Amino acid sequence: MGNKLLEVKELRTYFHTFKGVVKAVDGISFSLEEGEILGIVGESGSGKSVTSFSILKLIEEPGVVEAEEILFKGEDLFRKSEKDMMKVRGREISMIFQDPMTSLNPLYTIQQQIEEMLKLHGNFNEGQRKERCIELLRLVGIPNPEDRLKSYPHQFSGGMRQRVIIAIALAANPKLIIADEPTTALDVTIQAQILKLMKELVYNEGASLILITHDLAVVSQMADRIAVMYCGKIVEEGSTDDIIKNTAHPYTKGLLNSIPRLNKNLNRLEQIPGMVPNMFDLPRGCKFAPRCKYSKEKCLVEEPKNIIVGRGHRTACHFPLKEGYILD
Amino acid sequence: MIKYIIKRLLQMLVVLFVVSLVVFIFTNYIGDPISMLLPEDASQEEIQQAIRRLGLDKPIHVQYGIFVKDILSGNFGKSYVFSRPALELIIERIPATLEIVITAMIIAIVLAIPLGVYAGAYPKRRSSKVIMAGSILGISLPSFWVGMMMIYIFSVILGWMPASGRGEAIEVFGMRLSIFSMSGWRHIMLPALTLALGNIAMLLRLTRAGMQENMRQDYVKFARAKGVSPKKVLFGHALKNALIPVVTVFGVRIGQLIAFTTITETIYAWPGMGKLLIDSIYMADRPIIVAYLMLVAVIFVVINFAVDIIYTLIDPRIELR
Repeated sequence: MGNKLLEVKELRTYFHTFKGVVKAVDGISFSLEEGEILGIVGESGSGKSVTSFSILKLIEEPGVVEAEEILFKGEDLFRKSEKDMMKVRGREISMIFQDPMTSLNPLYTIQQQIEEMLKLHGNFNEGQRKERCIELLRLVGIPNPEDRLKSYPHQFSGGMRQRVIIAIALAANPKLIIADEPTTALDVTIQAQILKLMKELVYNEGASLILITHDLAVVSQMADRIAVMYCGKIVEEGSTDDIIKNTAHPYTKGLLNSIPRLNKNLNRLEQIPGMVPNMFDLPRGCKFAPRCKYSKEKCLVEEPKNIIVGRGHRTACHFPLKEGYILD
Repeated sequence: MIKYIIKRLLQMLVVLFVVSLVVFIFTNYIGDPISMLLPEDASQEEIQQAIRRLGLDKPIHVQYGIFVKDILSGNFGKSYVFSRPALELIIERIPATLEIVITAMIIAIVLAIPLGVYAGAYPKRRSSKVIMAGSILGISLPSFWVGMMMIYIFSVILGWMPASGRGEAIEVFGMRLSIFSMSGWRHIMLPALTLALGNIAMLLRLTRAGMQENMRQDYVKFARAKGVSPKKVLFGHALKNALIPVVTVFGVRIGQLIAFTTITETIYAWPGMGKLLIDSIYMADRPIIVAYLMLVAVIFVVINFAVDIIYTLIDPRIELR
């Protein structure tokens, strides 16, 4: 611990569409240490998936990625060529997608799809590749891996496919895995299994993980640190403990209050009133102000700066729920 | 697999029966072979004799019965015009047609697939728009016009290629083929290009549509996230998934070309099957028309069978049933 693996500075991803510019990610900065699990939480459309694709420079037209720098192991990914990025993708940073039903190519066997990764990012002969495939499938808990190598994705269930995808993501021993809502498409019993598996594997392989989800409950069990995103900005970032116990941003508070709890006897779950604003027409000041019960006049006109509210804990709010000092 | 093939063969027999019945009955009502065969000043007696000789005096169901009986012993009847077995006449012409059709389809695939992949993967580029505009032209220009323009430009003005006919044919595997001689190549290029043009356009558009759809799929993005090179993403992942409709249409088109290249063969005076069909229809040469259309039915059944097999090779989710 302590070594910075990834440092994202002022990342902006704008989509230039016919209707106008969508600022999907608007100047976010965060960092990740080796072996750390960072959770990125936010509603649909808050820019969390775009963030992950931006790091790997997989944003397609009409999207444009800008950043001061995206330092990975000290190298600036933002200034790397597409050819160099191909060596980073899969080998150094791999991704796990949201929907296991569509992430695998239906026309290739499981073995072919894992081997594709091994061929790209390693020097194995045929026999070693097969060995490694079996080893990986066993690692992610697929029974009788030898017999499943020649199977096609449609012969697997959703949970099994997500295990295969995790096996592919781990194949080249990446330093960082970005999991974009890895359990959203799975049913609840499978969710817990997959999350536990991921946490174990990340720990055992000495990798770091960025876990992107809209489920604060999931992330609080998994992550060391959490970044909360709203409308393309990080509104609060801190250790999991701080985010949950010393919540500083009203939006985070709202998310926490809307988690169902068994130990509290509530008749109705709390909810955050209103809806995520139209991305073509964002509010001028704090993006959350129209839905915030603490908002004052200042919030509607002036964009909040980052405020340090504790050690490694910052929030972008004019009137945080915790005292702090402004950082510029 | 064997069960599937047997099922397919039985299906083919049914198709052949229906085709023979329909074609036999309807050709009976088109044209009058007697008036085409005999000189205008033929006497009544000569006419009666010809009718008897061709068996046209019997009622149609009896004629059909004789026809079926003959077929079962491998006899498709004799051409009224050439007085030779109909099937033999057709089979003689098959190599000529096959060689322009196959040349045309190879040209079509080699050009259409890469262009379609390119236009589908990068739809916003100007070159893609040029390709698509060109394909509209390729689809909408009729082959008789294209054929005449090709002759005008390449034969009349530039003088690069002969305007019509087939080159020197060499016997290969018992078939007389012209593609193995230099003059054969010079003769085949224009008709093959004429046939290919419309197919390039159609296959290109299908490939592009499939690519555009598949490029949006998660597995394409996942492949990119794995670090797969753009070329392999396009051809290895997206194209393979886009191929099913392309193969389907390709099968239909190749069948249509083998059976009905009439216009192109007529323009270039290419001695193929299509020209034989046109001449036979003109002369009301019924045995050839019937045998021809039955052969066409067989060709379509065989091509469909091949297409089904190719499906299973492309997509493991498809089974032969």
